[in-house]
Amino acid sequence: MNDLSISQAKYLAEHIRHKRIVTIARIMVFVIFMLLWEVTTRLQIIDSFIFSSPSRIATTFISMTKDGSIFTHIGITLAETLVSFMLVNVIGVAVAVLLWLSKKTSEIMEPYLVVLNSLPKSALAPLLIVWLGANTKTIIVAGISVAIFGTIISMYAGFVEVNPEKIKLIYTLGGRKRHALFKVVLPSNIPNLISNMKVNIGLSLVGVIIGEFLAARRGLGYLIIYGSQVFKLDWVMMSIVILCIIAMVLYKLINLLEKCYLKRI
Amino acid sequence: MNPLLELNHVSYAYHSMSGETQALSNISFQVEDGEFISIVGPSGCGKSTLLSLISGLIEPETGSIKLNGTNIHDSSTNIGYMLQKDHLFEWRTVYSNVLLGLEIQKKLTSRNKDNVDYMLETYGLQKFRDSKPSELSGGMRQRAALIRTLALEPDLLLLDEPFSALDYQTRLSVGDDIGSIIKHEKKTAILVTHDLSEAISLGDRVIILSKRPGSIRKIVPIHIDMEDRTALKSRNAPEFKDYFNLIWKELNDDE
Repeated sequence: MNDLSISQAKYLAEHIRHKRIVTIARIMVFVIFMLLWEVTTRLQIIDSFIFSSPSRIATTFISMTKDGSIFTHIGITLAETLVSFMLVNVIGVAVAVLLWLSKKTSEIMEPYLVVLNSLPKSALAPLLIVWLGANTKTIIVAGISVAIFGTIISMYAGFVEVNPEKIKLIYTLGGRKRHALFKVVLPSNIPNLISNMKVNIGLSLVGVIIGEFLAARRGLGYLIIYGSQVFKLDWVMMSIVILCIIAMVLYKLINLLEKCYLKRI
Repeated sequence: MNPLLELNHVSYAYHSMSGETQALSNISFQVEDGEFISIVGPSGCGKSTLLSLISGLIEPETGSIKLNGTNIHDSSTNIGYMLQKDHLFEWRTVYSNVLLGLEIQKKLTSRNKDNVDYMLETYGLQKFRDSKPSELSGGMRQRAALIRTLALEPDLLLLDEPFSALDYQTRLSVGDDIGSIIKHEKKTAILVTHDLSEAISLGDRVIILSKRPGSIRKIVPIHIDMEDRTALKSRNAPEFKDYFNLIWKELNDDE
């Protein structure tokens, strides 16, 4: 490692420089945006009543941490998101397995899955309230509904793409269909599952917020819709900022999971 | 005494929406215990189909296949099948890859594991047992695949062009390698290949199939007089060239 050639050292230095520029620029974009937002509201170029401002968001956040209410809202939204995320993955994989087990079923179901997948799920939310009531159940189902059909379709696509020769190998070793499933199809689809998870974590959050808009008394979605109705736009903006942070953290967690998996393999 | 394997008038056809393809017609031959049979033929003549039939993965449309005198599905004779590619699973270590068959058949006894350990040791894979398959060379992967097959202690070994994915150099040495492993383990084997030299150098008999629908053109017994016959040494035997020419002529004698 110590005796790098000059050209290799130059290449590495160039690479590090590139990384550094990207990181610095990312931070700069954030800082400049915040500064512009703060300054323009202070100078009353834009109206801080409608657009809020970083400092107003911070004050709102601090006052809400004092009475603890913000943690309830964040906790509820987070819990609902994680529950629907888990269920999406479990149900998605389970249904994809059933489709894989029966070629007939999968062919019969295909058009329905395609239609349900392209249907805007927010259209279902009002129905869910009528059917399930304005409660957590509705919100979790809304969270599931956004991601479930895409998960089924792409997990199933991954299942049928498994090299048939690998499945033949299982049969030559005296295995049956369930061995093919547990020894080949599922293990070889773990990368597929992880990339689905990356999409699903975001989609579950979307679904949960849609659900909270309509059926919640607590949670960030409720805070947004309530804040906009009573013209407390600081609440709305703060919730959006928190949602950004949640989305980023959750995505990073899945990334971490992927790294662990890749290291193990 | 019954032969280990007996095929009687076996025929098979593939069906698709565009029509029926006769793959094999009226195949009959026998394999004695301990024999090494090579099957050669032009591509698409149904060589691999023949192995799938013998292994019981597919059923013949007509004719019968018997192992030690009984029907394949009632027979207790074990069949090992080695495919063209090794298909080692990247998410398993070499060791757990070679245990796959035992795991599926719930035969992970300490005796069987000892046997696997012995083979890993004998065939130079012991120090790679905890490696990932991607760390092995092509030849080592093929050896691991063979151990995976042999772990189930098959009485009959089916080899479907197991060397075709290797480069020429590796192919010669792995062919030699695997040939002597099979001799060493005293297994009966059927090798399907389109490489005539490989067929002659490894086989005790060479079965020549015709173009599709495959039927037997000729069965050529190979007698190469030498002590400790191995695949590589056979290639240098004086008889080798004659057998090559004979089979070559038989294969190209269509017109």
